[in-house]
Amino acid sequence: MRLPEGGRIDRSQPLRFTFDGRAYRGFAGDTLASALLANGITLFGRSFKYHRPRGLLAAGAEEPNALVELDRGPGRREPNIPATLVPLEEGLVARSQNRWPSLRADLASVAGLAAPLLPAGFYYKTFIGPGREAWHRRWEPLIRRMAGLGRAPAAPDPDHYANRFAHCEVLVVGAGPAGIAAALAAAEAGGRVILCEAGTEPGGQLLATPEAMVEGQPASDWLAARVAAIRAHPRIRLLTRTTTFHYGLQNYLCLAEALDRPDGLRERLWQVRTARVVLATGAYERPIPFAGNDRPGVMLAEAARAYAGRWAVLPGRRAVLLAAHDSGYAAAFALADRGVGLAAILDLRATPPPDLAAQAPARGIRLLAGHGVAGTRGGTRLTGVLAAPLRADGVPDATRAEAIPCDLLLMAGGWTPDIQLFSQSRGRARWDAALDAFLPGESVQDLACAGACNGSLDLAEALAEGAAAGRGEAWAPPPRRSTALPARAIAAGALGARKAFVDFQNDVTTADIALAVREGFRSIEHVKRYTTTGMATDQGKAGGLMGLAVAAAAQGVDLPELGLTTFRPPTMPVNFGTLAGRHRGPLFEPLRTAPLHGWAGARGAEFEPVGPWLRARAFPRTGESAEAAVARECRAVREAAGLLDASTLGKIEVVGPDAAEFLERCYVNALHRLQPGRCRYALLLREDGFLYDDGVIARLAPDRFHVTTTTGGAARVLHLLEDYRQTEWPDLQVWLTSTTEHWAVLAVQGPASRAVLAPLVEGIDLAALPHMGVAEGRVAGIPARLFRLSFTGELGYEVNVTAGQAEALRAALFEAGAPHGLTPYGTEAMHVLRAEKGYVIVGQDSDGTVTPDDLGLGWCIGRAKRDFIGKRGLERAGMQGPGRRQLVGLAPDGDWLPEEGAQLLPAAEARAAEGHVTSAYRSAWLGRPIALGLLAGGRGRMGERVFATRRDGTPAPLRIVPPVFHDPEGKRLHG
Amino acid sequence: MTRFSWAALARGALRGHRAWTPQWRSPDRPQPDYDAVIVGGGGHGLATAYYLAKEYRLGRIAVLEKGWIGGGNTGRNTTIIRSNYLFPESAALYDHAVQLWEGLSAELNYNVMFSPRGVLMLAHSHHDVQSGLRHVHANRLAGVDNEWLTPAEAKAFCPPLDIATPRWPVFGAALQRRGGVARHDAVAWGYARAASALGVDIIEGCEVTGITRDAAGVTGLETSKGPVRARRIGVVAAGSTSLVMAMAGLRMPLESFPLQALVSEPVKPVFPCVVMSNTVHAYISQSDKGELVIGAGTDQYPSYSQAGGVQILGHTLEAICELFPIFRRMRMLRAWGGIVDVTPDRSPIIGLTPVPGLFVNCGWGTGGFKATPGSGHVFAATIARGEPHPIAAPFSLDRFTTGQLIDEAAAAAVAH
Ligand SMILES: Cc1cc2nc3c(=O)[nH]c(=O)nc-3n(C[C@H](O)[C@H](O)[C@H](O)COP(=O)(O)OP(=O)(O)OC[C@H]3O[C@@H](n4cnc5c(N)ncnc54)[C@H](O)[C@@H]3O)c2cc1C
Repeated sequence: MRLPEGGRIDRSQPLRFTFDGRAYRGFAGDTLASALLANGITLFGRSFKYHRPRGLLAAGAEEPNALVELDRGPGRREPNIPATLVPLEEGLVARSQNRWPSLRADLASVAGLAAPLLPAGFYYKTFIGPGREAWHRRWEPLIRRMAGLGRAPAAPDPDHYANRFAHCEVLVVGAGPAGIAAALAAAEAGGRVILCEAGTEPGGQLLATPEAMVEGQPASDWLAARVAAIRAHPRIRLLTRTTTFHYGLQNYLCLAEALDRPDGLRERLWQVRTARVVLATGAYERPIPFAGNDRPGVMLAEAARAYAGRWAVLPGRRAVLLAAHDSGYAAAFALADRGVGLAAILDLRATPPPDLAAQAPARGIRLLAGHGVAGTRGGTRLTGVLAAPLRADGVPDATRAEAIPCDLLLMAGGWTPDIQLFSQSRGRARWDAALDAFLPGESVQDLACAGACNGSLDLAEALAEGAAAGRGEAWAPPPRRSTALPARAIAAGALGARKAFVDFQNDVTTADIALAVREGFRSIEHVKRYTTTGMATDQGKAGGLMGLAVAAAAQGVDLPELGLTTFRPPTMPVNFGTLAGRHRGPLFEPLRTAPLHGWAGARGAEFEPVGPWLRARAFPRTGESAEAAVARECRAVREAAGLLDASTLGKIEVVGPDAAEFLERCYVNALHRLQPGRCRYALLLREDGFLYDDGVIARLAPDRFHVTTTTGGAARVLHLLEDYRQTEWPDLQVWLTSTTEHWAVLAVQGPASRAVLAPLVEGIDLAALPHMGVAEGRVAGIPARLFRLSFTGELGYEVNVTAGQAEALRAALFEAGAPHGLTPYGTEAMHVLRAEKGYVIVGQDSDGTVTPDDLGLGWCIGRAKRDFIGKRGLERAGMQGPGRRQLVGLAPDGDWLPEEGAQLLPAAEARAAEGHVTSAYRSAWLGRPIALGLLAGGRGRMGERVFATRRDGTPAPLRIVPPVFHDPEGKRLHG
Repeated sequence: MTRFSWAALARGALRGHRAWTPQWRSPDRPQPDYDAVIVGGGGHGLATAYYLAKEYRLGRIAVLEKGWIGGGNTGRNTTIIRSNYLFPESAALYDHAVQLWEGLSAELNYNVMFSPRGVLMLAHSHHDVQSGLRHVHANRLAGVDNEWLTPAEAKAFCPPLDIATPRWPVFGAALQRRGGVARHDAVAWGYARAASALGVDIIEGCEVTGITRDAAGVTGLETSKGPVRARRIGVVAAGSTSLVMAMAGLRMPLESFPLQALVSEPVKPVFPCVVMSNTVHAYISQSDKGELVIGAGTDQYPSYSQAGGVQILGHTLEAICELFPIFRRMRMLRAWGGIVDVTPDRSPIIGLTPVPGLFVNCGWGTGGFKATPGSGHVFAATIARGEPHPIAAPFSLDRFTTGQLIDEAAAAAVAH
């Protein structure tokens, strides 16, 4: 019921919304929860396991019951959102979850009837036999359908997410009184401050208690003045609707800011690095376990007070307070002052503090000290409680119970400081017996805790502590004494109660925890996992401590003896989208394109992803199949000349007086003797002796090398080399620079390549440039590094020019090449051409289990070298010997193509593979299919037959041949 | 041991569930001596103890666990189970495990919820296809099920999957139908209960702080609960193995890295299988409770801190949202890390050590949960007989000196 006045709602701004298809009205400033409550709704959801009817327990982040589905249109549907955290907006569509057909009549609530058969962990004891499949096929699907709360979204999310990095001197988490005091003090002291608040406005507890007096002023006035000061302060950045969800090392914290902007910017991730942190995250009120404590209408006292104070909604007409802590009285009286009838106060304590005890009769309220609740009445709505005196063991004596009609039961079970972030920061919690709570203990980072999260529940204390924390000063609390009934004692009285819930959402009762303990689950982590207490979407914010207390009571030990469960990040659930940010679609991983990409596209190239690059696979002409195009491109290279954009090759410039020494230590080759102007095909191994990458090392000058890597290996090779340079040989004078994107590489290959290039080359004697030679000069007037290299088996050159000149060079080459039939070719032709020549591709013909010798590349290794990366690894017995799998050529019998990856067998019916096919192509040039493979002892088995597996189950024969199919003497290379 | 069943549960219900007894005995402290001591009460250690007691009747056996059983990687992993490994040695080991998984609930009389819902491994490039097909061919030959799906077939098997993402479209997928997931805690508890019933002492809160030896080999251990004599010690301490083995003076070829995982809030069934993509580093399934269970990659630097970098989680979620765009509005509920022990060839070490009587089972890295029953089974045989079980033999510690490596990851860049 909405009060005629008061509250922080804007009555001039009515908002319409729907819940389960029915239309309602609320006001700006409402949450979905307060607005529904104002409309008389008390049934919000169904619990996880038994589908019990549930209402609002809380008013904030700890709400376990009132989870709804929000629907803002296609792709904007979200499950499991606490209604208490949803700011009301015009046209909001919300639905209840986990019920069928309707919230009121949920058929699955029959699970409740079977509850005696479904205690904690029942599923471990059942569905065990007889059939293996019974669990997976029959029971599991049933259990899955019953569990699971809301529905996942059904369409892709149209919204987007942003990311921001920030630095400050002080990050204050929580803008309650303590946080506000901290932020202002910190800013006055001169630092940049970020004040982050999960709610829609700063104020924290004060928002719920407008009647309170702060520093001699009404709370709302005090707050308005402070908030104005904060907003005006040049050094404070106030972030509302922003939750700090992660506290990492070196004061690195992650914040999620809800924006819901009309342009589709939904949330922003803040990654903040700060000198100091002030945690002012407040405390959660503890629910009290008793029989039937989950009936809609049973609510935390402070939450009820907040609904009345902040949103001007009365959550009931006639209330009963169940108190274990003094704070419940103030809450109940505040509600009474707003018109809630207070039927009775049941105080679990035998002797409540006299000052409070005196107030009740003065207000005409019955005070039943030493009383608890033996049960609740009502269906989906509370109609009454059974008040019962407590026996000596703390258990309500049901035989002497008195029914008290009411529609609201307020629970005041004491306070649990929110130490989640403190705990994430790696600080150790300590048990404070006086406060009956875990408090922040010693911290390992530069941080301070202030206010209720540090046990300072008193407003004046919180303000003083907050201000001190903001200034970075120490503050000692006054001696504390609590008159509250400890959680452990409350728990002991509820151990035997029926349906006394501890974790409301996961339907964990005191009996479940007692059962777990009985079954030997003693560690609190075991209890948690066996019963699932504390593992719901509220992460045990409300019920966590009571769960510990119940476990302690069941074991007969003190609460601190059990210790705390670990708080795992995030403190509040975070959208996947917020963490993924802008890395989506084409930006998921940057896709790199080669310098001639645009031209290739215009020529109708087909592209394929290769490592981080998109490369032109082939250039089919109109109406030409890809296969025909590849055959044509291959023929052009073999007979005339072809041009390939090879710019994606990794390139590293290695420079310095010790450059040669460095490369000598890294690569297997003997490089000291490499003369300027010459290149060498070089291999890089891992420490364990296996091939890591290959490339060409060109010496440009005594102290300068141009090193290439495979396309996929560019980054990792640089990392490996840098790793050695920086950690193993920091004494060497050598510098590594990635030049992969600096140089465009146009490979001109084929018998006519020299003729194509000749008219364009200046400053280099082309005829004198030997195979594996390099020279610097000009090509088509562009400064270039010209390599004579071949990955095709034909005479060939690779022209390196700066990437910006690639287009100009291409144009000049095609102009000069036209008479010679210069033809663009793609990666597939390149693959076929190199395979015909038996050149390996690292990563295809080799994997990380292959040595140079396995590939027939043992000749690369400088025999006289004292050391290189992987030398010791290579010397191990298992890395040598004739039994290793060696590279061979494979000639299929007949016209069929083995599948790459097919296993090689000695006989068709054999089961043990001797190797596998690494490459297989239809060679148009040779007129037959060819393949390469790794085969045990392959080099010694030329002419033999092996069988390759096929997916249809019929292995087929291949002849073992040398891996070089084309021009084995290498005449064309040197032509 | 009370046998678990619906009937037992019904009988329990009649007595208000007050008659249940501890699922395993928890002696407060160890006996002064044992025939064999297992260090580490994770799934592998408990399984080892169980098979030692059941199949080898080794006498007095203890499992010493510094924290609570299953609290290490066993209780922190994403529970992907499969056996379609490339090399015959690995396939034999992991398939041995899968065969045991298939009957494990009945064997232990404890529902470990093994759910063979199928593991789909995505290929996103020509190179991935080559590697995937190589696995399919090798597995079929070894009698391990593995089939190749077209992108459309993959989509049909896993409807939330987007096979046409701009950056890494799906080129195909390998599917092992016998693969799936299981309930990790239940594995630890089920083995503990069954082992305890056979007389194994499971001592929690008992940290091993030293290993004593004489010329003939190991003689016992120092623990936080006093010394224990034993002539056979099996170390199964996952991320802490290097530390424990150092107590016996052995340096292990291991590096320890944080590996993280996360779960979403629970939702109704939406994800029918397990999907792994090694190219973009995403591993995902949905638990019986309804949470999406998502595995991330390891941190890049070795560390013993059980919390990895947030950027690693971010990277994983980028990949998840890319492959399954409907999950972008799902929310991360919990994230955590475990310390995984990684060998140079990323395959485990199971077997003897240079110290007589000291055995080690470690190096499972990011993917040992799936092996739990098989690992325990062959390790028990190895300890009982003093020589490697044939399936364990290739995974000897000395392979790093002989060079007989089994490098699955290098062969395929596969984790988990
Ligand atoms: C995030 C994550 C995701 C993973 N995902 C998968 C997956 O999907 N599939 C898969 O197959 N595998 C996965 N793994 C790997 C898998 O979890 C492990 O390989 C496996 O669980 C190891 O089991 P274990 O019993 O050897 O180790 P643990 O369960 O870690 O047990 C080792 C035990 O030794 C104890 N210990 C250590 N030192 C001492 C000491 N000095 N004294 C006494 N006790 C000691 C520890 O407390 C611990 O309980 C994942 C791992 C992580 C961290």
